[in-house]
Amino acid sequence: MSAFVGKYAEELIKTAKYIATPGKGILAADESTGTIGKRLASINVENIELNRQALRELLFTSPNALSCLSGVILFEETLYQKTSDGKPFVEVLEENGVVPGIKVDKGTVELAGTNGETTTQGFDSLGARCSQYYKAGARFAKWRAVLKIGPTEPSELSIQQNAQGLARYAIICQENGLVPIVEPEVLTDGPHDIKKCAAVTETVLAAVYKALNDHHVLLEGTLLKPNMVTPGSDSPKVAAEVIAEHTVTALRRTVPPAVPGIVFLSGGQSEEEATFNLNAMNKLEVLKPWTLSFSFGRALQQSTLKTWGGKKENIGKAQEAFLARAKANSEASLGNYTGGSGTGLASESLFVKGYKY
Amino acid sequence: MSAYKGKYYDELIANAAYIGTPGKGILAADESTGTIGKRLSSINVENVESNRRALRELLFTAPGALQYLSGVILFEETLYQSTAAGKPFVEVLKEGGVLPGIKVDKGTVELAGTNGETTTQGLDGLAQRCQKYYEAGARFAKWRAVLNIGSNEPSQLAINENANGLARYAIICQENGLVPIVEPEILVDGPHDISKCAEVTERVLAAVYKALNDHHVLLEGTLLKPNMVTPGSDSKKVAPEVVAEYTVRALQRTMPAAVPAVVFLSGGQSEEEATLNLNAMNKLQGKKPWTLTFSFGRALQQSTLKAWAGKEENIPKAQAALLTRCKANSEATLGTYKGNATLAEGAAESLHVKDYKY
Repeated sequence: MSAFVGKYAEELIKTAKYIATPGKGILAADESTGTIGKRLASINVENIELNRQALRELLFTSPNALSCLSGVILFEETLYQKTSDGKPFVEVLEENGVVPGIKVDKGTVELAGTNGETTTQGFDSLGARCSQYYKAGARFAKWRAVLKIGPTEPSELSIQQNAQGLARYAIICQENGLVPIVEPEVLTDGPHDIKKCAAVTETVLAAVYKALNDHHVLLEGTLLKPNMVTPGSDSPKVAAEVIAEHTVTALRRTVPPAVPGIVFLSGGQSEEEATFNLNAMNKLEVLKPWTLSFSFGRALQQSTLKTWGGKKENIGKAQEAFLARAKANSEASLGNYTGGSGTGLASESLFVKGYKY
Repeated sequence: MSAYKGKYYDELIANAAYIGTPGKGILAADESTGTIGKRLSSINVENVESNRRALRELLFTAPGALQYLSGVILFEETLYQSTAAGKPFVEVLKEGGVLPGIKVDKGTVELAGTNGETTTQGLDGLAQRCQKYYEAGARFAKWRAVLNIGSNEPSQLAINENANGLARYAIICQENGLVPIVEPEILVDGPHDISKCAEVTERVLAAVYKALNDHHVLLEGTLLKPNMVTPGSDSKKVAPEVVAEYTVRALQRTMPAAVPAVVFLSGGQSEEEATLNLNAMNKLQGKKPWTLTFSFGRALQQSTLKAWAGKEENIPKAQAALLTRCKANSEATLGTYKGNATLAEGAAESLHVKDYKY
């Protein structure tokens, strides 16, 4: 057969389409325990379960923010957590029309013989794990593959391994009722220009979609989470319109129309940068057969985190900051963002060299 | 780089987009000397140059027909022929707003060790030939790869070889100013059902677009000429709406939006069948970021050929038959065909020939 049509086929298509609702996007709140520790440390908050729970409760109960979201990606621990009132987070999300998602990869490992390139692990018992997550209320999953640009990177091995990995993960998800978000992140690190990023992104995406086809993945029941096409971190910045043009061209050349939505990662971009770029893409007058929206982690949470500072009395203000970013990105996904909705915090670059989740 | 950006970049994009103009399509009049011979013999006409020229003049000067065409694919001989009055065919077409195209492949050869599967030849000196054709006025090219469905077919070898061949041909064309029409034809022969055809078509198209990407082909300056997704020739027919659904879905799953248009081949379908199927596709609701139009040979010429029968006094009748089919297919590209085109003799006749060799 070409596309696998198992018992969840209709549901997968429906869920993927819903997540791609224009005007909505995804909050990536799936930081692993180690990673969220770094975030908490940056605001002098101890990395204990209670605080991790408090942060996520702050986000998920922000008044009016959930209406800007169609999905939230969770880390395994969070999938089973509750509000301080005892209400499961999954219920809070579901009641507000937000689909719970789950990060299922187990991080990256280096490919021997390469220059620090990686592949992603997480296949062992993945089917069984997906089945468990489905029972707990998750309806989509995420798996992050990482590639980098260098004089000899990404290598053919790295492209093949990561594309194959994404395809295996994707089909296993679909067999178990979860819409796979396919994330082939090409890191911004480097002195390369935007054309180099475009070329690499197109090559990687072409390999990814060939692999998805080989593995019989049902494209209508998937989402793509790519990097935007930008100059390297050590290269001069360009206007949002230039990023929009290069990014949309790359996607038009590689992403089949059967894919309902594209939800960008923000990489190291500041909150405001990411929103402006997304907005420019949606304003671009060219045919785009998929929606273009956000799946932001840092670019949705940065100001919120700083405003909270771990203090209960700051929760209200922090939730307002979160709403502001959620609303801004919702508008950007419709090409209606007019800018200036952030504080100075919103313009702060979030780039960390060699960023490890 | 990802996509090759040579000196013809803007021109390729403009020409490919023009060929995909809604309401227009392509007349495939590129039958090789051997193949046109079979057509001519079916109406008892001798296969000599003057007759081949006369037929093509009939087609290209049919009153009112050229407005429904954005391109005509020619065989090499025809590219250099003229009307009886001495006007080069290329000029006739250009004046009619029709881009001249050229078939550049040199037919298929069998792949040893397979069950009669083939690859296509014609890469030797292709660059020089494309340059010559460009100078003669051609602005697009065509190369036909052939695959078939069987118990073990298409094999991975056949898919890889044909995809790679199409990609090499495509980039060489673009280096020399010709928009490549990429034609991976999956033959309709066989007892398989429409789902099987869909599965194979999706697999083949995915391989083709991966190869095009590997070879740095500029997708915005290409066209795709695929088979429609249908049941096999020995299988029960289905309604045009079903053909439309399976075909469009296969394209949605494999064809990037950067490609401006799909120009379907008609295979062995009758003139009317091909038109109704194309029409159904254009009526279908759903994501179609490319134009869906025609590149028909037999399905545009069958009735015309029969009406002409090689006789000068039949020319107006024959030209009227061509106009009818061109107009019908033009409407089909807009989803407005009502199926009431005057059915000339032969329009409903199946044109399927088992194991058809061009």
